[in-house]
Amino acid sequence: MSAVKLMDYDKALELFEPVLGFEVHVELNTETKMFSDAPNPANERNHDAEPNTLIAPVDLGLPGSLPVVNETAVRSSISLGLALGCSIAESCRFARKNYFYPDLGKNYQISQYDEPIAFEGSVEVELEDGTLVTIPIERAHMEEDAGKLTHLGGATGRIQGAEYSLVDYNRAGVPLVEIVTKPIFGAEHRAPEIAKAYVATIRDIVRGLGISEARLERGNLRCDANVSLRPRGQEKLGTRTETKNVNSMRSVERAVRYEIQRQAAILADGGTITQETRHWHEDTGTTSPGRPKSDADDYRYFPEPDLLPVQPARELVEALRAELPEQPVARRRRLKADWGFGDIEFQGVVNAGLLDEVEATIAAGTTPDAARKWWTGEISRIANAEERDAASLISPENVAALQKLVDAGTLTDKLARQVLEGVIAGEGAPQEVVDARGLAVVSDDGALIAAIDEALAAQPDVLAKIQDGKVQAAGAVIGAVMKAMKGQADAARVRELILERAAQ
Amino acid sequence: MRHLGVLARIQLSDDEVTQLTGQLDAIVDNIAKVSEVATPDVVATSHPIAMHNVFREDVVGQTLTTAQALQNAPDADGDRFRVTAILGEEQ
Amino acid sequence: MSEIIRWTAAELGAKLAAGEVSSVEATQAHLDRIAAVDDDVHAFLHVNEHALDAAAEVDRRRAEGEQLGELAGVPLAIKDVLVTTDQPSTSGSRILEGYRSPFDATVVARARAAGLVGIGKTNMDEFAMGSSTEFSAYGATHNPWDLDRIPGGSGGGSAAAVAAFEAPIALGSDTGGSIRQPAHVTGTVGIKPTYGGVSRYGAIALASSLDQVGPVSRTVLDAGLLHDVIGGHDPKDSTSLPDAWPSFAAAAREGATGQVLKGLKVGVVKELPDSGFQAGVAASFHAALTLMEAQGAEIVEISAPHFEYGVAAYYLILPAEASSNLAKFDSVRFGLRVTPDGGGTVEDVMSLTREVGFGPEVKRRIILGTYALSAGYYDAYYGSAQKVRTLIQQDFDAAFAQVDVIATPSAPTTAFKLGEKIGDPLQMYLNDLTTIPANLAGVPGISIPSGLAEEDGLPVGIQFLAPAREDARLYRVGAALETLLVDAWGGPLLDRAPVLGGTR
Repeated sequence: MSAVKLMDYDKALELFEPVLGFEVHVELNTETKMFSDAPNPANERNHDAEPNTLIAPVDLGLPGSLPVVNETAVRSSISLGLALGCSIAESCRFARKNYFYPDLGKNYQISQYDEPIAFEGSVEVELEDGTLVTIPIERAHMEEDAGKLTHLGGATGRIQGAEYSLVDYNRAGVPLVEIVTKPIFGAEHRAPEIAKAYVATIRDIVRGLGISEARLERGNLRCDANVSLRPRGQEKLGTRTETKNVNSMRSVERAVRYEIQRQAAILADGGTITQETRHWHEDTGTTSPGRPKSDADDYRYFPEPDLLPVQPARELVEALRAELPEQPVARRRRLKADWGFGDIEFQGVVNAGLLDEVEATIAAGTTPDAARKWWTGEISRIANAEERDAASLISPENVAALQKLVDAGTLTDKLARQVLEGVIAGEGAPQEVVDARGLAVVSDDGALIAAIDEALAAQPDVLAKIQDGKVQAAGAVIGAVMKAMKGQADAARVRELILERAAQ
Repeated sequence: MRHLGVLARIQLSDDEVTQLTGQLDAIVDNIAKVSEVATPDVVATSHPIAMHNVFREDVVGQTLTTAQALQNAPDADGDRFRVTAILGEEQ
Repeated sequence: MSEIIRWTAAELGAKLAAGEVSSVEATQAHLDRIAAVDDDVHAFLHVNEHALDAAAEVDRRRAEGEQLGELAGVPLAIKDVLVTTDQPSTSGSRILEGYRSPFDATVVARARAAGLVGIGKTNMDEFAMGSSTEFSAYGATHNPWDLDRIPGGSGGGSAAAVAAFEAPIALGSDTGGSIRQPAHVTGTVGIKPTYGGVSRYGAIALASSLDQVGPVSRTVLDAGLLHDVIGGHDPKDSTSLPDAWPSFAAAAREGATGQVLKGLKVGVVKELPDSGFQAGVAASFHAALTLMEAQGAEIVEISAPHFEYGVAAYYLILPAEASSNLAKFDSVRFGLRVTPDGGGTVEDVMSLTREVGFGPEVKRRIILGTYALSAGYYDAYYGSAQKVRTLIQQDFDAAFAQVDVIATPSAPTTAFKLGEKIGDPLQMYLNDLTTIPANLAGVPGISIPSGLAEEDGLPVGIQFLAPAREDARLYRVGAALETLLVDAWGGPLLDRAPVLGGTR
């Protein structure tokens, strides 16, 4: 593959104005699918189901099967629309989007075309330094997900070069809400940041509503990023590309930045941008072209004849509006004040995406500071090292339990870190790890005294120095004792006992 | 006509292309007649009997077993359907 | 020939209940009949090898004192468009050869529960597209009145089975006349219910907004008895009406007394002049009307100025919806798979499979439908056709303000010869001229035999149409006229059909 030319980022922004757009697909966590009563794999309880075990006839497009709309999915979609500041349609219909692909059970997707359930909204997004950006929302509509393909026989496990593919239709029919922004102007240098913050905000919103697990790495939340550039001063919008397969927050940011640089290089060389779908590769940090848009564009939309119009009663809409949780930005302001954190401390938690976890940990009994230190400290360190989501490593309840052990003196900070590792490794709850590994601080003075005596015997001049008034000399003994006790001693108590000994 | 065959995933033979093109023209002419009465002030009806808000509760029903799901599969590998190499991209 | 097979379903049901005959005997008699005549008639694609077991089961339940419905133990032929778990379902197509549905169509499940004995799957035009059953991939069905002639379509198999006494009743489906037109050419009875009156779940979809499942029989009462079993709301079909329906058998019994004809206003469509019909068809139609007038009915001329656009609108809506409904037949999850020599991509396999697996009429309509929905053509074709639908509904509304039922001949000609019209699709489409408006508007329609055409001695049917949801009215009026006609003939019309079987 020939090296793709990239323009320096700052230079690119000097010459061109980036215009962004996002299509985010949210998988709802209802019990059943959008149009069938098969169990929904996007619901936590089903997420590791075996292939083709969550199937109703309509998910396979079996002859004679018919779709029936999931009422809860409609309510969730309305709530999401409201949380995005949208108007809710008085009447809307489903439409068929017709195309052939092996992951579609019917070779059409039931979606909404010119009648989305929610439209014309906006979302406030907060950047890491507290800057607020308003993202205009064009629409949010209901549709169904497709099945999963596994490509085999080729070298890379990707579609190109595969000899055959296997299809699992569990995911076919999962309820989706597709959120489409209007073109976003004025992002300028901060475009990649804004992209990431937008996706994070959507994630926070749907989690706050409780309508989706919203785990990017599981595909519960999928983002397609549209990027176009126009030369400074030009009115006409540039040609845009759509980048898919952006599976993490980090990818969103990197992909937007990359596309800006790539497109800028082409345009500066006098070339043109091909309107196409591109595929993001996290490993190489690049995008590659997919198939150029051709006949795939003619989806021959028409109103779904097997389903009737959805006409949300205004009373229902208002009832759902009343149930909306706090907006993420407002919530953050409140928590920051409640916890008494400074800007940097608070942003640290927010940027790590651990606001929910810290909040839950405090609710389980820790101080705000303790919760913050654990989550943004040790737990994040381990998460980064293992390339996993911090939230998936340990529960807030266990963090609180761990802190309790430290507060009670059962563990030193150092021991607590070992216990943390044990909990994360799956050895059980903190107390169980302490017991199993025998990590509790030894509180038996007798054992400490025995260790102190041994240490003093090995360093005979220390006792004399202490008795002489050079209390600092105790440090060497403390160190030796701590080592002998494998850290399972309260250093302060050891020091006390040494000094008592010296005074004898 | 060939383009329509591609959109419809039907590999039309040359004879069929010729024949269908002729028939399509005739049928389409005949059909253009509807635009005589289908003026802008007429509302389109997509469902003969007007109804709305037809839903079902979010409750699991009878799921097919994997065996049932695969019982008519032309080709399968274990618990998944198998197809030959895919040319196109996901939408 | 066994007398059992000459009984109507009502008569057979009564004798079964009285213990004069067992279901096993009745089923065997019909199986014998099928063996004797179906080589000539070819009404059946599959004869149910478990029929006698099912019959025995009903006999057992009756012997144990269980209260069973009026049709329990009566054999039932099932159009192959309806999926069945115990018999293959092909919809008359090669692409579904051998297909075994894991679920029963709702109407099949209800029939089973009522103790009806499924005796076999009947032949049909491929995917219900046709008016002669000549487009079946498995060979044509022959009209029992004249084996060189068509039995009508798409449900020629069900109508022929019933006309040939191979089954007393059958299930059919009607999208543009596929129950009513075969009834007309075979001297039998057929009803298309109000759209949504009978569940479409498990009926292999042709045009979702036009399809309805309905009864096929030799008498109006039999049709009513079957309609009572299969009709009513089905939560699996979103378009099924939630209405509670009156008993159609009761309506037929009430109608048979003739009272309903007094003061009944019968509309005759000005825009369907006699000149558009074969002379004998028009004559039979008028003779029937005269008979009704003699009993106090009033014949009123009504105008339905948009009926003439019905065929054109239908042949845009149907192919469009069908092109989408038939996309699921793609070799991936079920049905035929044809791989090109030397292998190919899944796209190649799909395209070749559909080229080989679909017959010419199906391919024609898929292509036409794809075209009608294509970008740039939607408004002019599909969109406009949906407007004609509105206009036809308005015609009906205006007409029913003046009359109780509308009467038309059920089709322009008597049964034409096999092969006569198959080369000219436009000609073939005109067969549905009088039946199509009811499907477009969603109103119910019935066809009952009105006599034989003088010039060729072939059956003619008269069609009645009623407002949406007034299916019972059709049973009353149909039964009333049927009584008058059978009286005038000295016996059912089918008594005059040629004797079948044993001559080849």
